[in-house]
Amino acid sequence: MLDHDVAIVGGGLLGSAFGWGLARAGQKTIVFDEGDTAIRTARGNFGLVWVQSKGQTMPDYAAWSLQASQLWPDFADELKDSTGIDIHYVREGYNIAASEVELEQAIAGQERIKAGMGDRAYSYEVIDRKTLKSVAPLVSDTVPGAIYTGHDGHCNPLFLMRALHQDMQTKGGDYRPNTPIDAIRPAPGGGFDLFSGCGRLLASAERVIVAAGHGSGELVRDYGIDLPVHADQGQVLVTEKVSEVFSFATGTVRQTDNGSFLLGASSKEIGLDTRTDLPTLAEIVRYCLSIFPFLGNLRLQRAWGALRVMTPDGCPIYQQSDSYPGLFSFACHSGVTLASVHALMVTKWILDGQIPSEFDVFHPRRFHV
Amino acid sequence: MFKRARNIQSKVSILFDGQPIAAEEGETVAAALFAAGILSFRQAPEDDSPRGPYCMIGNCFECLIEIEGLGGRQACQTRVRDGMVIARHRGLATVEAGS
Repeated sequence: MLDHDVAIVGGGLLGSAFGWGLARAGQKTIVFDEGDTAIRTARGNFGLVWVQSKGQTMPDYAAWSLQASQLWPDFADELKDSTGIDIHYVREGYNIAASEVELEQAIAGQERIKAGMGDRAYSYEVIDRKTLKSVAPLVSDTVPGAIYTGHDGHCNPLFLMRALHQDMQTKGGDYRPNTPIDAIRPAPGGGFDLFSGCGRLLASAERVIVAAGHGSGELVRDYGIDLPVHADQGQVLVTEKVSEVFSFATGTVRQTDNGSFLLGASSKEIGLDTRTDLPTLAEIVRYCLSIFPFLGNLRLQRAWGALRVMTPDGCPIYQQSDSYPGLFSFACHSGVTLASVHALMVTKWILDGQIPSEFDVFHPRRFHV
Repeated sequence: MFKRARNIQSKVSILFDGQPIAAEEGETVAAALFAAGILSFRQAPEDDSPRGPYCMIGNCFECLIEIEGLGGRQACQTRVRDGMVIARHRGLATVEAGS
């Protein structure tokens, strides 16, 4: 007997956004999450809601990120109204180039997105050093300029997680931490049964979303579902808290709502390894200081590593099983940016039992051409 | 409130917000202040609430304090030194332009 409408495996930013959106839509929803020793991408990320770097090779991903950014203000407002938690979403972001070469590459990237978008509106501005200095007086004199789209921004990703978890449960969703799912099997009579490692039946649901990051592939392998993701490690440093210097984000530096600066943007493929290393941290610091020398006056407080859930082309995977309709498996690395569309749009696909055809481009069959 | 398990054997003196405090050589700033009855090391920048050490093992970063003019230092990871000047954090520091 089915005891839930939807069961979600994974309580990170994807699973939490789906869980919140489905509970909000009145679905009887249960979210299974692991414990504190799990690989917690959602707890280690940088907190960018970022459009301009996305979809240079896949215009639909650029359009999807743009739509996410457009939905973000309402999404953040609704979470604040429901929970009282301000997730500090600020839509202000610059991709600051450290050199002329970087600026040229960034412009070329924006032109690729613009060309790919066709008649879908997308625009960007190249901000010169002088204009940038007017919003960011402490930027280095060696910086040639920046890209501004009006769509990029940042939020407090930990508050986002807390707000989604809290409100999901207020709306009737069931959140189960420390409850790894070991197997998903078709239930007799339709739907799916979810089992723990010792074979205990934990839930039966009409539909299942697998959004377990690096753990997803194994869960859906028996269904012949292809979910190719690898770990892309990013390291982040955080400084002491100081009074507000600027409210915007860049791709590598942002000041959080409580005054810390986050420095980031490394990328390494070293497997499921979250350890930091000095050469990588030093390179992050060197690069960030080349843009904002004042950061050198701040004390570093700590550093950590986290693992992006990276697909072969960096674009999201959204798919429903052909042979077992109702079994959805999703993966992407932009869980913060896409949280708004995941919560407000993707949950409609689940209710409809169908991924709209215009999203076929996100099916992993694209990797087998 | 904390009490020393044994009296100070090898005494050093530190200054906390201008007040001299006796400490055991080799102990941490956090331990010395606790033993002197000081629990609040700073005000949280978010809401000005009083904060002090929580974990005492370097993980929680609640014990941040100004030591020898440098803010944001972990009191539980810093050993006392005779004459060390320590100050409670109040509000947020402002940044300088740098070079």
